[in-house]
Amino acid sequence: MTKKRKLIVVGNGMAGCRAVEELLDLAPDRYEIEIYGAEPEVNYNRIMLSPVLAGETGFDEIVINGRGWYEENGIALRSGEEVIAIDAASRTIATDKGARSSYDRLLIATGSLPFILPVPGAALDGVIAFRDIADVRRMIATAEGGGRAVVIGGGLLGLEAANGLRTLGMQVSVIHLMDTLMERQLDEAAGFLLRRELEMRGIEVLTGAQTEEIVGTGRVEGVRLKDGRLVPADLVVMAAGIRPNIALAREAGLSCNRGIVVDDFMRSSDPAIYAVGECVEHRGQVYGLVAPIWEMCRAAGAALAEEDGEGYRGSVTSTKLKVTGVDVFSAGDFASGEDREDIVFRDAARGVYKRLVISEDRVIGAVLYGDTQDGSWYFSLLREKENIAERRETLIFGPALAGASQDPNAAVAALPDTSEICGCNGVCKGAIVNAIREKELTTLDGVRAHTKASASCGSCTGLVEKLMALTLGGTYNPAAVQPICTCTDLGHDEVRRLIKAKELKTIPAVMQELEWKTSCGCAKCRPALNYYLVCDWPDEYADDYQSRFVNERVHANIQKDGTYSVVPRMWGGMTSAKELRAIADVVDKFAIPAVKVTGGQRIDMLGIAKEDLPAVWADLGKAGFVSGHAYAKGLRTVKTCVGTDWCRFGTQDSTGLGIRIEKFMWGSWTPAKVKMAVSGCPRNCAEATCKDVGVICVDSGYEIHFAGAAGLDIRGTEKLGIVKTEDEALEHIVALVQMYREQARYLERIYKWAKRIGYDEIRRQIMDDEERRKALFGRFVFSQKFAQVDPWSERVSGKHQHEFRPMAEIGFPRAAE
Amino acid sequence: MASWIEIGNLSDIPPRGARCVTTPLGRIAVFRTATDDLYATEDRCPHKGGPLSQGIVHGAAVTCPLHNWVFSLETGAALGADEGSVRTFALKREGEKILMDVDLMASVAAD
Ligand SMILES: Cc1cc2nc3c(=O)[nH]c(=O)nc-3n(C[C@H](O)[C@H](O)[C@H](O)COP(=O)(O)OP(=O)(O)OC[C@H]3O[C@@H](n4cnc5c(N)ncnc54)[C@H](O)[C@@H]3O)c2cc1C
Ligand code: SF4
Ligand code: SF4
Ligand code: FES
Repeated sequence: MTKKRKLIVVGNGMAGCRAVEELLDLAPDRYEIEIYGAEPEVNYNRIMLSPVLAGETGFDEIVINGRGWYEENGIALRSGEEVIAIDAASRTIATDKGARSSYDRLLIATGSLPFILPVPGAALDGVIAFRDIADVRRMIATAEGGGRAVVIGGGLLGLEAANGLRTLGMQVSVIHLMDTLMERQLDEAAGFLLRRELEMRGIEVLTGAQTEEIVGTGRVEGVRLKDGRLVPADLVVMAAGIRPNIALAREAGLSCNRGIVVDDFMRSSDPAIYAVGECVEHRGQVYGLVAPIWEMCRAAGAALAEEDGEGYRGSVTSTKLKVTGVDVFSAGDFASGEDREDIVFRDAARGVYKRLVISEDRVIGAVLYGDTQDGSWYFSLLREKENIAERRETLIFGPALAGASQDPNAAVAALPDTSEICGCNGVCKGAIVNAIREKELTTLDGVRAHTKASASCGSCTGLVEKLMALTLGGTYNPAAVQPICTCTDLGHDEVRRLIKAKELKTIPAVMQELEWKTSCGCAKCRPALNYYLVCDWPDEYADDYQSRFVNERVHANIQKDGTYSVVPRMWGGMTSAKELRAIADVVDKFAIPAVKVTGGQRIDMLGIAKEDLPAVWADLGKAGFVSGHAYAKGLRTVKTCVGTDWCRFGTQDSTGLGIRIEKFMWGSWTPAKVKMAVSGCPRNCAEATCKDVGVICVDSGYEIHFAGAAGLDIRGTEKLGIVKTEDEALEHIVALVQMYREQARYLERIYKWAKRIGYDEIRRQIMDDEERRKALFGRFVFSQKFAQVDPWSERVSGKHQHEFRPMAEIGFPRAAE
Repeated sequence: MASWIEIGNLSDIPPRGARCVTTPLGRIAVFRTATDDLYATEDRCPHKGGPLSQGIVHGAAVTCPLHNWVFSLETGAALGADEGSVRTFALKREGEKILMDVDLMASVAAD
């Protein structure tokens, strides 16, 4: 037998040892093997560090190969000894202990290094990475004192660290740069569910948060974010990503890109040197998971054994999050696209979200949340590129072909008995179901008569019908509801009621709980949902500007040439020399091409470039102007006449009342635009009787009108009633508008809503029911606390700068050489 | 030959939003989807010239703010019943950085 050749392995980690195992299987006696490992440990299972941190298992349980394995196979293990140089010419290595050793074959398996954000304070004591058992031991030691931990990075690793530290009893915050957790693996919908679950476990999640510096003297004390917030911390875990560990290979002169470049047989640019694991780059790809690494190791083992094999061809990968009780699976490519089709299944009751991305009859991506048992099946369809055309319909239900179709009544079935179905009469689900059963009701009118549910405004009719279908089984056929859009089967009214009943407070929450059929909605449903949430949860909901139409996003009206028009408020149509002069100056300064008096008694400046908007507002703001919301689904104008101030017929101070209403109600968002007017006598010079809400002053008080229209449709107003004082007039008007805000469908004007609900019903609720009126008034006042912020001055002082400036300006490109 | 120049960072564009890049050929809209995919199209709707960068972004599509035509960001083609298309431009991402191919633009200028 010839003398054994010598193989040196750099890196005693998952890849290094696995490649040796593969080699020993094929050629147990070919090499004398020496393994160097910087960690003073035997070969252990790195991916199990998360359960070790969470206290679910111990280090001994995760050892893959103990000392015995090295001895049995005659492997010399040099643990705690780092290779510091490779001399490829003389085929020798040098270590940090001053040793040298020569090889016939070298296998580099140095893995990755955690990426430490280059921010001030990153070197402070108490800032650690999450890569090896030493890190885990330090985390466990720190956690013993309780205290606060901040994890930087909301990817797989960061979340596993956060969950572990939380289990150990620390208070944990996760800081994530992107808006969606694990954005590489999850879409917005699944990211939302994950976030909700982590928050329920007491982990604080800060998304869209950029780390500015780590503060502390000597030891870490907190993390400061770019927006100025300081998150206190006794421990900071950096989980912001990993970088292939290639310094050694690069210095040895091996060809490197992001990783050490290898061919299909894991050979580097030096034929005596092989590399496997996270440190390599194969066909332009770098991997951070073990499945592809196992495939690489098989190829490397065969190559070292000098056996012919197919080599390694690259891998498709899938990921699972290892947080006990949270099932997340993701594989492939799940960006939406035109030639792609989504199949989405949501089960709100079980908190399940599944999405398959199909292209040309093949599964190309899968995201599963809450129920991942079919993950491996989808993954095999994906990897094998199987044609799924035949089983497309049932694919989402998994290999068992459960065949069940989505139940349209599921959302209602999942509601607890105590949730309110009818808002007008305060009737809960339980009461309705009981009445249907006990009184053997089979018609909607029967339910109305016995429970009062859906007997008033009728907004909850759809839900009541679903409850009937649910209780009576197949015998009841609800009337078809017009769905909001193709993303859902539910209509506007049902969605509004369910947002309240289930306390849904974000767009992803609505889409999940109401089982939306798309992953992120469309241009029809997103603005509607955004309005409903703004209206229903004024203090809690964060307005999603990307779900608003451009006018409301930039607070000006887009014109046909892409320029904008700007209309400042002129309270009640009153102005002054100072205001007019300021407008004239702005028009001159910005060379505004057109100035027009509007039908709502104010002045419109047209043809302003978007980039100029903040400067125009700044100048107008200096003269005391605020936005006129001429672009908004919100309160537009309150037109007035001069009333008792000047007019010989005037009966009341119509101008004063108009200004008071406008100052009280500006800034509020409504389902569609709201225009008002106050006339000082029945001669009605302010044309109040064709407005959404109008007031005619008379000697005995104020006549309130509503539901007029003077646009595509023309109709005179209905009379709501007459009140004696200005205060009462304001209270009634505000309550009416609030009722409209809470009940109407998005984009439905007051006159359409009123016709649908019934004028008498509205009169009853506003004029006759004092308690209800006062409650409506109170809710409006509350929501104004959050809405009455002048959007122009906010933007002048820097909010949403990105809307107004181009991201870059490019000159003429150089002519191609 | 592609020649890539940097036009900004991913974080400059809000998710489901867009920003503009001004070029000698006019404005180019750069979109970021909910899944952080990036696309670039000319910022002019073929219908009546609406600025697509101002539309609502949903999936890999944008709805024009003027009259609600919907365009695929991948191909630039109008979706649904409407017919027409916008020119698209190649982008690539290197970590946080967004790069645009300007040579392509030169060839557009030439034709
Ligand atoms: C907490 C955690 C959870 C994970 N969970 C999963 C999961 O669920 N699923 C999954 O697929 N993957 C997971 N991974 C990733 C997986 O662990 C890695 O992909 C895998 O360990 C990479 O193997 P490797 O051999 O390339 O690198 P490593 O396992 O890191 O081994 C490299 C070894 O080389 C040593 N070394 C480096 N330089 C030298 C030198 N110059 N001299 C001597 N020794 C050196 C290092 O000390 C290290 O021990 C997880 C990783 C972590 C940290
Ligand atoms: S509505 Fe009556 S009070 Fe007002 S301006 Fe006309 S006539 Fe005068
Ligand atoms: S009436 Fe028609 S054309 Fe005139 S401003 Fe209104 S929408 Fe435009
Ligand atoms: S200009 Fe775009 S739809 Fe009309």
